[in-house]
Amino acid sequence: MSDAIKDLLAGPVKVVNIGLEGFEAELSAQDVEVVQVDWSPPAGGDPKLADLLSKLGA
Amino acid sequence: MAHVLNEVRRGFYLDSVALMRMSRAIAGMDGVEEAALMMGTPANHEIMADARLLADAGKTAGGGDLLIGIRATSQPVAEAALAEATALLDAPATRGDGAAYRPKSLRAAVGMLPGANLALISVPGDFAVAEARKAIRRGLNAMIFSDNVDIEAEAALKAEARELGRLVMGPDCGTAIIAGTPLAFANVVPRGSIGMIGASGTGLQEVTCLVAQHGGGISHAIGVGGRDLKAEVGGISTLMAIEALAADPGTDSIVLIAKPPAGDVAKAVLEALEIGGKPAVICFMGAAEMELPENVRQCFSLKNTAFAALGEKPTTPAPPSMQASDSEEILGLFAGGTLCAEAQVILRDAGQTVRSNAPVTGISTQDGDGHLMLDLGDDDYTRGRPHPMIDPTVRNDAFIDALARTDLAAILCDVVIGYGAHGDPAGHLVALVSAHGTDTSPVLITSVCGTDGDPQGRAGQIAKLEEAGIHVAPSNADAAKWALAAIGAG
Amino acid sequence: MEAIEKANALAVERILTSDPVLIDVMPARDVVPGLKDGMILHAGPPIEWDRMCGPMKGAITGIAVYEGWASDLADAEAKAAAGDFEFHPNHHFDCVGPMTGMTTVSQPMLVVENRTFGNRAYCAINEGLGKVMRFGGNDAEVLDRLRWLRDDFGPALGGAIRHNGGLELKNIIARGLTMGDEMHQRNVACSGLTLRALAPAMAETATDNAVLAKALAFIAGNDQFFLNIAMAMGKSMTDAARGIDGSSIVTSMSRNGTDFGVRVSGTGDQWFVAPVEMPEGLYFPGYSEADANPDMGDSAIVETIGLGGFAMGASPAVAGFVGAGSASDAGNFTRAMGEITAAESPEWTIPAMDYLGVPTGIDIRLVVDTGLAPTINTGIAHRKPGIGQVGAGVVKAPMECFTQALAAFADRMGVS
Repeated sequence: MSDAIKDLLAGPVKVVNIGLEGFEAELSAQDVEVVQVDWSPPAGGDPKLADLLSKLGA
Repeated sequence: MAHVLNEVRRGFYLDSVALMRMSRAIAGMDGVEEAALMMGTPANHEIMADARLLADAGKTAGGGDLLIGIRATSQPVAEAALAEATALLDAPATRGDGAAYRPKSLRAAVGMLPGANLALISVPGDFAVAEARKAIRRGLNAMIFSDNVDIEAEAALKAEARELGRLVMGPDCGTAIIAGTPLAFANVVPRGSIGMIGASGTGLQEVTCLVAQHGGGISHAIGVGGRDLKAEVGGISTLMAIEALAADPGTDSIVLIAKPPAGDVAKAVLEALEIGGKPAVICFMGAAEMELPENVRQCFSLKNTAFAALGEKPTTPAPPSMQASDSEEILGLFAGGTLCAEAQVILRDAGQTVRSNAPVTGISTQDGDGHLMLDLGDDDYTRGRPHPMIDPTVRNDAFIDALARTDLAAILCDVVIGYGAHGDPAGHLVALVSAHGTDTSPVLITSVCGTDGDPQGRAGQIAKLEEAGIHVAPSNADAAKWALAAIGAG
Repeated sequence: MEAIEKANALAVERILTSDPVLIDVMPARDVVPGLKDGMILHAGPPIEWDRMCGPMKGAITGIAVYEGWASDLADAEAKAAAGDFEFHPNHHFDCVGPMTGMTTVSQPMLVVENRTFGNRAYCAINEGLGKVMRFGGNDAEVLDRLRWLRDDFGPALGGAIRHNGGLELKNIIARGLTMGDEMHQRNVACSGLTLRALAPAMAETATDNAVLAKALAFIAGNDQFFLNIAMAMGKSMTDAARGIDGSSIVTSMSRNGTDFGVRVSGTGDQWFVAPVEMPEGLYFPGYSEADANPDMGDSAIVETIGLGGFAMGASPAVAGFVGAGSASDAGNFTRAMGEITAAESPEWTIPAMDYLGVPTGIDIRLVVDTGLAPTINTGIAHRKPGIGQVGAGVVKAPMECFTQALAAFADRMGVS
């Protein structure tokens, strides 16, 4: 098992929430450490460019 | 004719930016042609003269004095503007709310949360893989709640994650519980030694809740997404999850819930469970009996899976007495896809003819004869609408129609609570039944998937339902059995 | 991509380990390599006469008269239109210039040497506020001031700098940040620190008291005096990061009043160009958006090294230019720019942000990904030549420059 997965299962879970803000609220209410990303579609909403960016390591 | 009014404040300094902002506010007043608040330097005198803002009164202002100049359509307007300028000068400095900075990117968020180990992603499907790729490359694991993700992109992402040693849960992963933390649609269950892996959200919810209701506890419940065990993806996440739980010191046994996997994938999964060595229970919903390694047991319902995981014999409560019906037809209206599948299996295995919009093996599609089991959370029903677990009104029409039907013996449905779910699904259902009235209608049979630790509280939900004359079985499987009893087939 | 991260780390290291020193003031003819008579260097990416905005044309006609290449402004305009002058971007000659950014052979140039890497960069001397050539001003008053800068002020300043063995700039910037400067719209502290550092040497080396008095008064009376020094410094630092294969770090951002241009370390000297945007800001009395010229100048070089709009958190007074922003929101601009940059400067820090280093090294990948365009603090010129500055504000670099750059970069990296 990799270190990243071991670290996850050992807890505590520390979450970066990207998307529905309700999840962030529920996690915060349980005292889970969470940071909400103020997400908007990357690359001005062009999925192909977004994909290219993630491959370029953005 | 324009009226120019000046005022000088001796020895009053204010930053030019602040003054320009005030100037703009005053110049924007009705009837004000131009306005400026400036320090009385020679250069500013020139600027104000050019702007026809300088009267005799202003000419005395020196470099350390504030000079206010207003040009307006009438004297009263000019005076009002001057009063406003004075008020602005004397107002206490505005303060920002100092609101915490909200990062725009995963990268910045990780910078703000050192040690972040999971990205929970629920952005539109077109962008979900890109965000997940960023997450795994930054050392995080990813849970992708989003659906509508291209299956080839899923496979490529998971292959990269395997290479990097990160766990990808999903896409279309609705439920997980990691190290005691419920994520997305999940229930509050005690921690224990049973580790679960699920390709289905409600399947995981039902089994974790049944285990919890019978005194067991969960180490982790890892979602993998509905397509992980398809040939195209090859069960990458499932295999990684098996390996992780096999190595996890807090996990004594493993439960795996999924639709029947592709042949090669099933083989790989069973091998991994055998190599892992811990006792395991598999439930491939709708599948036939399989040849298994010694440490693996197969169950055919979620309920039996839960009891097998607990090492207990399943108990089957006797059905309550229900009003007799001339009809022999059952209609299933489900929010949970796997709960719908489990009902199909139980009815099918009791020799009934069943049809469904989301049929398991051996069940025909929606058309034709037989008991109709509808998965109302299926894409066909949720496109452009919320999922019925979040917003139960999306199954209102189906319920209202069904309650009015005289040719139905029973309506079988589910009530799912927990994080992410509607705040009071039982109350919503009860309101529908009350609105219909108490004249002859099909019996209503349900179960509540959840725990008393959930925000909605399972006991309270059950009480509400029973008070309204709805039969509440201890599990979804028992509810299906009771429905069989209602048509005399139990 | 490991290769990109490595290349970017190198590019940023070069920017951060640069040691820029103001070493001299010299006529452009003697120091700017390749600069010849008849050449007019301008701000921004390349542009031909027909497409130039009003202030740019105004400055060109003025500088041609100043150089004696035309008898008057009308003659200069006719010659410019006839193709008698060669136009080139400052950036192609190791130079930068604010707003219109005129550089010609007889202008006195601030010479900044990057002692770590040995390269030099040049910028003309800031003319002060009001009617000035950088805003397209070209009347007799403007040209007379340029002649005085050439004949009296430049030599006096250069002599003092040489006398002191140069002026190390990194430390001045570090102190300026703690004193509320962001080095683009606000240079009041750094201008004062520079005057403090050079005044004794100016007195020591002076041969004419009247010249000295006027020179000291000129610096003391110009809050933006340091801007041009900061620009030459920025150019000397980013030039050290040019041409690194695989690096997605921006090495130039620059505007000519018509186009905005971006250059990236890993894509050579190619300009990625899009129409400039209009600044948003506050106007001097009597002026409004209707009078404003689109964004202009090489001064965005300071944002390229983490100052200006990127260091807004250090300069709450400037944050007001943004309009809605309160002083306490200034830090959020800096934090946002932190999302599109590769590093924080260890030496240039912002006390009010718990000594956060200014965000340095704009990464085109992060710009396109986050949709956060670099924020540039800027002066606003009147769109008609000869009138001058009419306001100040903030402008965004056009996203299109970065999407173009990204496509070219991905192509070079073989990623599709």
